[in-house]
Amino acid sequence: MSDCILEMKNITKVFPGVKALNDVNFKVERGEIHCLVGENGAGKSTLMKVLSGVYRHGTYTGDIIFENQIQRFQSIADSEDKGIVIIYQELALVPELSIYENIFFGHEIMNGMTIDWNETISQATKMLEKVGLKIDPSTKVKDLGVGNQQLVEIAKALSKNVKVLILDEPTAALNEDDSENLLRIIKELKTHGVTCIMISHKLKEIIAIADTITVLRDGATICSLDAEKKAITEAEIIKNMVGREIDNIYPKRENKKFGDVCLEIKDWTVEDPVKGRDILHNVNINVRKGEIVGLQGLMGAGRTELALSIFGNSKKYKLKSGEVLLNGEKKSFKNPKAAIKAGIAYVTEDRKGNGLVLIRDIKYNISISNLDKLTNGLVINENEEITIANEFKNSINIKAPSIMQKVGNLSGGNQQKVQLAKWMFVKPQVLILDEPTRGIDVGAKFEIYSLMNKLVEQGMSIIMISSELPEVLGMSDRLYVMSEGTITGELLAEDANEEKVMAMAVKS
Amino acid sequence: METKQVKKSSEKNIGSEFLHLLKANVRDYMMYIALVIIMIFFTWKTNGSFITARNLSNLINQSGYVAVLAIGMTLILILKHIDLSVGYVAGFSGAVAAIILTQLKVNVWFTILLVLIVGLLIGLYQGILVTRVGVPAFVTTLAGMFIFRGLLSLTLQKTGTIIIPDATFNALSNGFIPDIPGLDMGIHVLTVVIGVIAVALVIFSQLKARRNRLKYNFKVLSMPMFLVSLVFVTAIIMTIIVVLAKYSGIPWTAIIVAIVLLIYNFMLNKTKLGRYIYGIGGNDQAAELSGVDVKAVTLFAFCSMSALAALAGVLYTSRLQSATPAAGLGFELDAIASSYIGGTAVSGGIGKVTNTIIGVLVIMSLTNGMNLMGVDVSYQYIVKGIIFIVAVAFDVRTRKKGR
Repeated sequence: MSDCILEMKNITKVFPGVKALNDVNFKVERGEIHCLVGENGAGKSTLMKVLSGVYRHGTYTGDIIFENQIQRFQSIADSEDKGIVIIYQELALVPELSIYENIFFGHEIMNGMTIDWNETISQATKMLEKVGLKIDPSTKVKDLGVGNQQLVEIAKALSKNVKVLILDEPTAALNEDDSENLLRIIKELKTHGVTCIMISHKLKEIIAIADTITVLRDGATICSLDAEKKAITEAEIIKNMVGREIDNIYPKRENKKFGDVCLEIKDWTVEDPVKGRDILHNVNINVRKGEIVGLQGLMGAGRTELALSIFGNSKKYKLKSGEVLLNGEKKSFKNPKAAIKAGIAYVTEDRKGNGLVLIRDIKYNISISNLDKLTNGLVINENEEITIANEFKNSINIKAPSIMQKVGNLSGGNQQKVQLAKWMFVKPQVLILDEPTRGIDVGAKFEIYSLMNKLVEQGMSIIMISSELPEVLGMSDRLYVMSEGTITGELLAEDANEEKVMAMAVKS
Repeated sequence: METKQVKKSSEKNIGSEFLHLLKANVRDYMMYIALVIIMIFFTWKTNGSFITARNLSNLINQSGYVAVLAIGMTLILILKHIDLSVGYVAGFSGAVAAIILTQLKVNVWFTILLVLIVGLLIGLYQGILVTRVGVPAFVTTLAGMFIFRGLLSLTLQKTGTIIIPDATFNALSNGFIPDIPGLDMGIHVLTVVIGVIAVALVIFSQLKARRNRLKYNFKVLSMPMFLVSLVFVTAIIMTIIVVLAKYSGIPWTAIIVAIVLLIYNFMLNKTKLGRYIYGIGGNDQAAELSGVDVKAVTLFAFCSMSALAALAGVLYTSRLQSATPAAGLGFELDAIASSYIGGTAVSGGIGKVTNTIIGVLVIMSLTNGMNLMGVDVSYQYIVKGIIFIVAVAFDVRTRKKGR
C-alpha cells in the first residue's frame, strides 16, 4: 500500500530574521487527499511554495523527492513539467478570455506556427467534463461565478497532466453549494489517480474529505494524522494547531479602568462592489475607553475589511446597513481624512504597501497625518517638526541614525514604531491596530505591547486585529472572534483559551 | 597641538569629502556637468557666439514658456500622472489672449488675468475627469490635445495669425527690466543690484539652514566644503548677472519665471500641500490612509498645470508678438523631457522644481545651440530624444543602486 509519490525531507527555509520552516517533513501517498492545516504563519504556504519552485532550489535546505527522484526546481515551470500544479486562492485566470483560451493559456496546442483552436476547444470540452462543468467552453471567464472559475482552474491543471494538485484554501471564497461541489470533484479526481494536497482552515470539510491530515505549527510539522484508519475529530486537530506555549512576553497592566463605550459598530453589513457579495454580515462590536479589544480570526475572516470600511474607505466597500457611534453620537466618514478628524486612527497591517511612504524620511512619515498642528498660516514649522520627531524617536526607541533616515531602510519593527508614532502624534480616541506585530522580532514586539498598555492607560481605546492567538489572549481585555464575515463569538480575556477561540475561528 | 592635527586631517579630507559627495549625489551633479559640457560644446562649435550676452538673453527669452510648463509638469509627474494637453492649452490660451487684447481692446493685465482663469477652468475640467470620473490622465489629456488643438484653429479661423501691437504685452518675452533712471555707468545697475541681493539671500538662507541642522546634530558639509559650494554658487550667479548687465539687463521673462519658481519651490518644500504631493507620489494608499485628500490634491495639480500652461501661452505669444495656429506643437515634449532630465523620478514621488529649471536649460541650450549651428530640425529632435532617454536611463539605474 505504501506508495509514496512525494516526500519533502528536512526542509528548512529562512527569511531574513525569521525561520519560516524548521526541519519540516512531509510525506504524501499516491492517490490520496492530503490536508495541510495550521494557523496563519504556520508555514503552509511557504512549504507549498518550496514544493512548486516559487522558492527555487538552493534558497532552502532539505530535499524534495518526487517519484523517487530528488528534484531541483528552479521555477514553477519546472515543477509543472513534472506534474505538480498549484492553484492559488487568488485565481490566475484572465477574465476577458474564454474558458478554453484560459485552460490552455501558456501551453497552447500548436499546429505548426498557429494555435489549433479546434483541437483546443475539443480538449477543453473533455477537461470540463472531468470537472463536471456543463458550460459552453467559449463562455468568458468573467461571466462565471467564483465556484465555476475554481473548476476552470482545476480543468487547467488537468490539461497539464497533473499528478499532484495543490489547492490553497480552495473553498475560502465559495458558498456552501459550490464548496460541496468542489469537494465532490476533488474526490472524483482521486479516482482518476490525481493526488491532491489541500490547504484549508475549514475543519468540517477537512474531516469530510481528508485521507491524511498534517498539522504545521510555527514552521514545524506537529503530526500527521491518518484519517483512513480512524475518524479524526475537530477537537483533535485544534489541539494540535494550538498548544503553543504563551511566553511571558505580554507586559501586565495594573489597575485597569474602563470608561464608557467609546466606539460602537451596529449591524454592520458590507458588500464588496467588485465581487458583488457580502463580506461582512451584521457585525456588532464596541470598545470602551481604556480597553484593548482583540479581534481574532483567520485570514479572510473579514477583519481588515471591517476596519477599513469603518475608516471611510468607501471606494472599496459598499455599506448596506449599519451605523457607527462615536461616544454615542452617530457618525459616518466619507474618507479616512474625516475619520481621523473625528478621532479614529487605523494602523495598517501592510506597512510597506499602504502604511508608510518608504522613499521619505522618519520625520516626514511621523508628521504627515497631523501637519495642521505644525502649520502656522501657510508654512510648516520645521523646527517644531524636528523636535517632535526626535521626541518620538527617543521615547519609543526608534533605532535609526537620525530622523532624516529613509523609512524604507528601517527594519520591520522600527517601521512599525514610526507608524505608531505617526498616530500617537494625532492622539486619536480609538486606535485600530491591524496585525501590529507581524514580521517583527520578539524584542520589538514587547516594546509595542508596552506602548499599547501606556496608550490605554491614558484613556485611549484600542482595537487589535490579530491572527496570532497568544497575542490576542495575552493583550486583550475582551475579544471578538470572526469567521467568514460574521462575529462568531465574544469572550472576556479571563474566560478565553486557545481551544475556545480556535473553535470559533473555524466555525462556518 | 592637538587642535592643529584635527585641522590638518580635516583639510586632507576635503578631497575625500568631495568624492563622497560626488558619489552620493551623482544624479544631481550629472545634470550640472551635462549642462556645462553642452554649453562648452556649443561655444566651441559656434566660435563663441553661443556664450555672448545677446544669445544668453535670447536663450532666457526662448526658455520662458518651457520653464513655466516644466514647473507645473513636475508636480503632475511627481503625482505619477501626465499632462499631454499643455502644448495646445498654451496655444489656445495665447490665441484667446490675442483676441481679448486686439479685438475686445481689454487692458493687458486684465487680459492676462482672464487668460489665467481660462487655464484654471481647463485644469478644473481635466482634473475632475481624472479624479472624480476616473479617466486616466494619459487619456484625458490626450483627448485634451485634440480638443484644444481644434479650439486653437477655430479661434484663429477668421483672422488667421493675429499680430499683437501692444508694446507692454510684447515686452514680457522680449523686453528687459528698466535701469534706475539718471545713472549712466555703461552697465545695467539695477541688474547688478538684483544679482547682489540674490547672492546675499542665497548665502543668508544657506547659513541659516546650516546652523539649524547643526542645532539638531544633523550631518552638514564641513566648513571648507560649505564655503567652496557657496563661492561656486555665487560665482555662477554673478557671472550670469555681469554678462546680462553688460548687455540690456535682466529680461522680464527671467523675472516671471523666477517668481513662478519661488512660489512653487516654497509650496513644495514649506507647505502641507507640498508634503501631500510628495506623499501621494511616494505611496498614494499610505497618503490616503494618513488622511490626505488625494483627489483634492490631484485636482489642484491639474488646475495649476493648466493655469501655468495659459501663462506659457501668454509668454509664447508675446515672444512671437503674434498668436499663430501653429503655437503649442510639441511644447509638452519639451516640458516633460525637461522635468525628467531635471531628476523627477519616473516612478513618481521625487522631483524638485529647482532642478527642473536645470533640465529646461539643458533642453533649451540644445535647441538654441543647434539652431545657431544650423542643424536641421529633424536632427534636433533625434538629439534631444537621445539625451532625454540617456538621462532617464541613468536616473533609473542610479536610483536602483541607491535602494
